[in-house]
Amino acid sequence: MLKRLSKFFGGLFRKKDNLKIGFYGPPNAGKTSLANLLCLDWTGEELGTVSEIPHETRQVQFREKVEIEHKGKKMLLKIIDTPGIATKIDYEDFLNYGVAKGEAKKRAKEATQGIIEAIKWLDDMDAVIIVLDSTENPYSQVNLTIIGNLLARKIPVLIVANKIDLRKSNIKKIESAFPEYPVVGISAKKATNMSDFYDAIFKLTRKV
Amino acid sequence: MKKKNSKLKGFSIHIMPYSEIRELTITERVKKILQLILGNKVVILQGRLRPEEEIRLIEDTMAMVDHIRSFKGIELAVVDSHKGDDPSFFLKMRRGIARGLTGESSSLTVIGPASIVKEIKKDPSKIEVFFS
Repeated sequence: MLKRLSKFFGGLFRKKDNLKIGFYGPPNAGKTSLANLLCLDWTGEELGTVSEIPHETRQVQFREKVEIEHKGKKMLLKIIDTPGIATKIDYEDFLNYGVAKGEAKKRAKEATQGIIEAIKWLDDMDAVIIVLDSTENPYSQVNLTIIGNLLARKIPVLIVANKIDLRKSNIKKIESAFPEYPVVGISAKKATNMSDFYDAIFKLTRKV
Repeated sequence: MKKKNSKLKGFSIHIMPYSEIRELTITERVKKILQLILGNKVVILQGRLRPEEEIRLIEDTMAMVDHIRSFKGIELAVVDSHKGDDPSFFLKMRRGIARGLTGESSSLTVIGPASIVKEIKKDPSKIEVFFS
C-alpha cells in the first residue's frame, strides 16, 4: 500500500527533469550523429562512433544529465541512442564495405542482439525522437511499426528528417507520411537547423 | 549461357485468413508465421497484426537470425486497400487500436523470408514485391 502511495505521489510531483529521450529509427539514418551533436554541444563529449557501414551502433548507449539551454529555457535529459531497427541482417552486406568475413559475421550477430535490445528499451522511454533519412522512402514497415508501437504506448514522438543537405532530400514526403506528428528537417552532419530542432525538443517534452 | 535466376529457390505462397490466427496468443501467432517463413513460404495474411505483434515478430526474427545459420530475416509490409480519400496511417491505427485491432479485411500483410523476398517497396497506394 505504502509503495503504491509513494508511486502515486512520486508521479504527481515528478519534476520533468532527466526525461528519457530515445533516438529510434532505421539503420544509417543518423541517430548517433544527432545524439553526438547534442551531447557534444551540451556535455563536451560525443556519445558513440558513426560510420557509413550500417549497424555501426549495435548496443544501446546513453548519456545521463544532459542539460540543454535554449532561448532562456533549461532542461535536463537522459539521451538514449539505440541500434537501428531492421527486419533482416545479412553478414554478406557488410562485406561490400570491405569488412573481413569473420568481422562481418560478428557484426551481424551483434546487430541482431542490438535490435532486440532497442525494442526492449521502448517501454522505458518518456519521449522518442524518430530519426529518418529524408532521402529515403518513409513508408517502410519498420518506420510504421515503430511509430505504431509508440502510439499504442502513448509515448510522445518527434520526427527528425535528417540529411536535408543532400539533393535527394524530401521532407514533404515524410510530412505527408506522418501528418499527425511534428517533423523537423535537419542535417546532423552539418548541424543545420538545430535551433528549430531544439524548439521541437522543448515542445516534445511538454507532452510528457 | 547460364541463366541469371538459376539460383532462385523454390517457395510457395501461403494465404492466411485472419480466422487462422484469431484465437491464438501473441506468442503463438508469431511462432506460426515464423514457422511458415522458415519453410520458405511467403505469407499473405488477411488483415494485419497489432503493433505489439509486429514488433514481437521483428524481435523473434532477430533471435532466429542469431541462431539459425541460413536465416537472414524477413521482409514485411502491410497494405491497405483504401484509395482516394485514404485516411492517414494514424487514423487507421487509432481506429484499429480502438477496436482492439485487427483482422480488417481491408488490409493485407505480406511477410516473406529475406532470402526470397529481396525487397517490398511500399507507397501509400501500391506495393511492389521483388524476389531474389
